[in-house]
Amino acid sequence: MTAAALEIDHVSHNFGAVQALQDVSLTVPRGGFTALLGVNGAGKTTLFSLITRLYDNRSGVIRVGGHDLRRNPSQALARLGVVFQSRAMDADLTILQNLIYHASLHGIPGRIARPRIMQVLEQVDLADKADARVTALSGGQSRRAEIARALIHRPDLLLLDEATVGLDVKSRAEVLALTRRLIARDGVSALWATHIMDEIAPDDDLVVLHRGQVLRQGRADAIAGSQGLTQAFLHMTGVAP
Amino acid sequence: MTGWLTAFLGISRRETLRFVNQRGRFLAALVRPLVWLFIFAAGFRAVLGLSITPPYQTYVLYEVYVTPGLVAMIQLFNGMQSSLSMVYDRETGAMRTLLVSPFPRWFLLGSKLVAGVIVSIIQVFTFLAIAWFWGITPPAWGYVAVIPALILSGLMLGAMGLFLSSAIRQLENFAGVMNFVIFPMFFASSALYPLWRMRESSPLLHDICAFNPFTHAVELIRFALYLQINWTSLAVVLGCLAGFFGAAVFMYDPQKGLWARRKGGHS
Repeated sequence: MTAAALEIDHVSHNFGAVQALQDVSLTVPRGGFTALLGVNGAGKTTLFSLITRLYDNRSGVIRVGGHDLRRNPSQALARLGVVFQSRAMDADLTILQNLIYHASLHGIPGRIARPRIMQVLEQVDLADKADARVTALSGGQSRRAEIARALIHRPDLLLLDEATVGLDVKSRAEVLALTRRLIARDGVSALWATHIMDEIAPDDDLVVLHRGQVLRQGRADAIAGSQGLTQAFLHMTGVAP
Repeated sequence: MTGWLTAFLGISRRETLRFVNQRGRFLAALVRPLVWLFIFAAGFRAVLGLSITPPYQTYVLYEVYVTPGLVAMIQLFNGMQSSLSMVYDRETGAMRTLLVSPFPRWFLLGSKLVAGVIVSIIQVFTFLAIAWFWGITPPAWGYVAVIPALILSGLMLGAMGLFLSSAIRQLENFAGVMNFVIFPMFFASSALYPLWRMRESSPLLHDICAFNPFTHAVELIRFALYLQINWTSLAVVLGCLAGFFGAAVFMYDPQKGLWARRKGGHS
């Protein structure tokens, strides 16, 4: 049986006395879109920092494509494409230079990276911006460039941490549609962290994270039930999303 | 193996591109030692007499004496600039791109360190070329012999910068590094005055200067520029390089140093 794109088993994390994550377990199936829903402070970014090994997971197990992140970090990280909540591109460089740099961090030489970068930039509709500085891009273009960066090494799993934060409604919809297209066409899996209900489709896999704990995981429409997702979330957490 | 080389070349290329794109940084790196050479050294030439001190075979002008110290100063500031850019990258989020690479963290930090040294050597040779027109003319082979010394001293000062960057939480704290690290290191060293002169005025200060790793970086460069090896300085530089780099890798290790305990985002 093929391993899930991401398995998190009984992971906890604390910052001193503050318990950021408590016994978190969740699974992202292959080729699916999994939404991680939680308000600010729920622990989404901490969870992403553990999955990307920015923090060490001291308890529990994280497996990416079946590879244990602690025992085999290189194999696990090679399968991850990450779009961080804040800008992660170098403002002093052009989009192309940034993407070549990112490709090199995955051991992909320039002669292989360049055509691949142009292909990915076509996919995110930024081919004409390859030589533009990052600072010259709009918010939506910048997020699409970040997605392009995350795709260059052809990851199995995309992690998107509040990828639409700070974007206007139109750009938000574009970025979300782009991610869904990539999943449908290339079979990439995605874990999409958000606090915006509108970004979740009824047939999405949904994980509700609140105060560092997973409250529910399942199909969004099943979790929403007849009352709708907003009401269901309010009922579960006592907090309006 | 090719992947490792690709990653190293990519990191080096990025550092060089950033350096080229930031023309002000290049100018500042060059103007600072040149001001010392053209103004400070000229002013002190008459005041500071220098007896014959190894590696010099004869009396030398103060400008000649101070040049290796200014070369090391370029590397010291470059190391701190790398440290500053690490803190900036961490604040803006650009560093996460580096740290989530599948290559081991010691390799990524080491590559960044070496890339910074390459940039510093470009700065040093530009400075030495201008200094040559000012009459600072070490032996021709000295320009070749000094390269290994520049690599080692650059690595040591860069590793120190890396270590400091792991401990600095915010960009604003960098002014403290200038006041409490760079200036004391530079002034309490043999960069501007020979240690025997320091002993005449204060034995304690002499001892502090003798223990200062920057003194040994300066002396390693000075001796190499005149085709000699200062073995003590070589040993100190190598030892400090290992110590600083080991500490930096420890601090950036997600399973160990401060990075592990640092609070991340807010959601």
